[in-house]
Amino acid sequence: MTPLSLRAEGATLGYGGRAVCTGLDLAVRPGEFLAVVGASGCGKSTLLRAFAGLLPPTAGAVMADGAPVAGPSPDRALVFQDDALLPWRSARRNVELPLAIRNVPRDRRRADADAWLARVGLADAGRRLPRQLSGGMRQRVQLARALAARPRALLMDEPFGALDAQTRAAMQRLLLDVLADAPATVVFVTHDVDEALLLGERIVVLGPAGVEQEIPNPRSATSDPARRAQVLAALGAPATGEEAA
Amino acid sequence: MTLALDDEKRVAVAPGPAADRGRARLRWPVRAGSVVAAVALWQVLTAANARLWVRFDRFPGPADVAREFGRQLRTGQYYLDVAQSVVRIASGFALAAVLGVAVGVAVARSRWANDLLGPLLEIVRPVPAIALVPVAILLFPRNEQGIVFITFVAAFFPVVVSTRHAVRALPPVWEDAVRTLGGGRARVLASVVLPGVLPGVFGGLSVGMGVAWICVVSAEMISGDFGVGYRTWQAYTIVDYPGVLVGMITIGVLGRVTSGVVELVGRRATRWLPGEEGRR
Ligand SMILES: Nc1ncnc2c1ncn2[C@@H]1O[C@H](COP(=O)(O)OP(=O)(O)OP(=O)(O)O)[C@@H](O)[C@H]1O
Ligand SMILES: [Mg+2]
Repeated sequence: MTPLSLRAEGATLGYGGRAVCTGLDLAVRPGEFLAVVGASGCGKSTLLRAFAGLLPPTAGAVMADGAPVAGPSPDRALVFQDDALLPWRSARRNVELPLAIRNVPRDRRRADADAWLARVGLADAGRRLPRQLSGGMRQRVQLARALAARPRALLMDEPFGALDAQTRAAMQRLLLDVLADAPATVVFVTHDVDEALLLGERIVVLGPAGVEQEIPNPRSATSDPARRAQVLAALGAPATGEEAA
Repeated sequence: MTLALDDEKRVAVAPGPAADRGRARLRWPVRAGSVVAAVALWQVLTAANARLWVRFDRFPGPADVAREFGRQLRTGQYYLDVAQSVVRIASGFALAAVLGVAVGVAVARSRWANDLLGPLLEIVRPVPAIALVPVAILLFPRNEQGIVFITFVAAFFPVVVSTRHAVRALPPVWEDAVRTLGGGRARVLASVVLPGVLPGVFGGLSVGMGVAWICVVSAEMISGDFGVGYRTWQAYTIVDYPGVLVGMITIGVLGRVTSGVVELVGRRATRWLPGEEGRR
């Protein structure tokens, strides 16, 4: 299971004739951890949907490992921004879903799902329905479900948005642990600049004109204040740029 | 009607503030009292042979009806009729449930099925199922099949319409999630669409059960040779009014029981819905 490379070439993405971003160029190396930040509504989720194969580009190309993305594939797991658990399945049965799709035998499926739930700190919540879980717990079940699919690329849309600082730190560590065991390409959308600086090997600031800025970010335990300022400035820039135009 | 009663029952049982409980304790006597009063009024009017604008002089009183009911309960005929009607309802309704869900899902999810079946459904739907009696007699070699057919048609449309609506109202994120996990068309159908539409489908099934009873009873009255509808009409033609009322009560009870069953199964199958917390 080698990590995938992902690439958007002059891609125009949009809904029903209305383009959200045009001529987007972005390449993600195999095994890279790319953090994506940008103002709300600038098209971060849209970009992930395109990489996942849920949204075909209206122009240009979106490619995985050099081949055009024709549709969704279990190679590219998407952790959705909004609640995407099946509400009639218990937490465990939700995590079992990708295993069932891969025809893993029933008892292996169950053991695997329980192991993943334990890793996200929900060993006791396996039998509960999504509506009986808190928002942050549901996010963690969704993470477990995506990881159980053993994808070659992980597309994550603000996966830790609803977590408290401690659980969030634990999940960030878990994610890096899992990636050390089973390398995968990650595109990680977040609103939290510190999270982007902590996790990303490269940070991309997305704006209405596509990639506004790319900031290489050699991961380090202490975040570099200068780089933090750079990301924040880039995040502030699109608004002023738009007003001038 | 069933729904409203059940809701109130839940409220009455739910532990609440003392004032609520006091009011709840008062409710049962009030309810029982209203039924007793209605029966008493019926008894008084019929015993006095009242001829107001409506005429009670030939109308059977509650005692006559109770006596007739007791007599019928001791005959095998009564149970045969009930069994016959229930079998007709059950087969027509089961057919309508299975085909209704299948057609509803197909029409909502496939452009082809929609173009192929949509116009036909829209043409046939406005015809009340009971108006199909002559057609059913013409089409089916046996009376029995005709009655089941009419019951089926009656329940079919509410199920199709509610299923189609439920499929269209499904949030796309569930299907997207299953597809990004590698699920194909069949998996999406089995793991997302069918479970996801159940709440809507059960709405259609409840409506369908009500219409199915109307149609089975009317069809039996018109062309039956057995069944509670037939027996009720039979009693009318021989001027046996207590028999008519026994038939009416039987039909009411059967309708109530069958919609209760649909309701119960529906609630069991959709426990995952928000707001179902703590309900049995
Ligand atoms: N299903 C849809 N149909 C039509 N327009 C959509 C749809 N989803 C998103 N959009 C539009 O596309 C634009 C980008 O949306 P997107 O969800 O990608 O933003 P985002 O960067 O993820 O924002 P946020 O940070 O708030 O999640 C928005 O202007 C939004 O209105
Ligand atoms: Mg988003």
